[in-house]
Amino acid sequence: LWDRSLPAGFPRLPSAAAGSGPAGPCGRRAYAPPGERKRFYQNVSISQGEGGFEINLDHRKLKTPQAKLFTVPSEALAIAVATEWDSQKDTIKFYTMHLTTLCNTALDNPTQRNKTQLIRAAVKFLETDTLCYRVEEPPALAELQKNEWDPVVDWAEKRYNVTIGSSTSILGPNIPASTKETFISHLASYNMWALQGIEFVITQLKSLILSMGLIDRHITVEKAVLLSRLEEEYQIRRWGKVEWAHDYDLCELRARTAAGTLFVHLCSESSSVKHKLLQD
Amino acid sequence: MAALGAPLRTLRALLRELRHAAGRHYRDSPAYRHVLAAFRAHRVTSEKLCRAQQELHFQAATYLCLLRSVREHEALHREYHGKGERSPEEVAGLVGFRLPQQPGGKG
Repeated sequence: LWDRSLPAGFPRLPSAAAGSGPAGPCGRRAYAPPGERKRFYQNVSISQGEGGFEINLDHRKLKTPQAKLFTVPSEALAIAVATEWDSQKDTIKFYTMHLTTLCNTALDNPTQRNKTQLIRAAVKFLETDTLCYRVEEPPALAELQKNEWDPVVDWAEKRYNVTIGSSTSILGPNIPASTKETFISHLASYNMWALQGIEFVITQLKSLILSMGLIDRHITVEKAVLLSRLEEEYQIRRWGKVEWAHDYDLCELRARTAAGTLFVHLCSESSSVKHKLLQD
Repeated sequence: MAALGAPLRTLRALLRELRHAAGRHYRDSPAYRHVLAAFRAHRVTSEKLCRAQQELHFQAATYLCLLRSVREHEALHREYHGKGERSPEEVAGLVGFRLPQQPGGKG
């Protein structure tokens, strides 16, 4: 059935909105791939085309939900995406294929934002950055926030030569315009693909500072996720853990953050690293 | 610089995750070969000298976190969220009842 009419990859069935995604202009979920599908291919391979690296499912070329040819600029990223497709067993679980989803977003740009809009959305998060919102009680949590978050905020302030601060008021910290300008011009140095990844990580962690810590390799994904969920971890330690909720959310957040971070790094790879790899 | 530990440990864990993901012919999978080639090319050791080494190690650790978290998330999903609804027979069985047998069918 799908063989004849549909190109490989996500079937373009506008009614099959089993998953979730951004609403189309008419309000319907026009950009929603189905949640699960049977695995319909035997072999996954990579090939190099004009626009970059492509993924082949058997002999068919993978396409994005908007039916564009799936091409990525980095070979390592293509390999990782191919691994995602190859590790699907009987059914294809799209919700576990975070790198593929990120590539699709970068290729299709369904929210139709340009570079300036993406950067603005990313920097806007600084006003509601998790690390800047402190509690006053319970004192144990306030102390924990001070001990765990202050070092990262200090690192960001030193690294980018800005003032950020923190606040216990409901309005949050007062971020100076110069700080925002600094981050805007720093993010402008990233290409469009990397920016999609950066904005994704910020949205997941609810923190620009933590995301920059990841991008700059100052902290690991596990640490960033822990810091993002600090209050939750505090409550878990106090009241106990519910595996089907806490661990579930933790694993999902780790997976998405790791995917986003890896995506950013692979999309902004320096040529010197590539050169070394090609020497073999 | 992020506290990553020994690169060899990261490499071994990453290769193990790739084995889980790939199946029988994991050694031929592009990811397995790429990771090994990358580590050999940079000859990642415990020395913290080369910046490219550190970048590679961080990337490897991030990819390891991704593979591990996806696997654990899927396992949790299967365990707690994948079962779907119980059938009427099962629901009756929960309180020790059995559904009545109606020889002529319903109604």
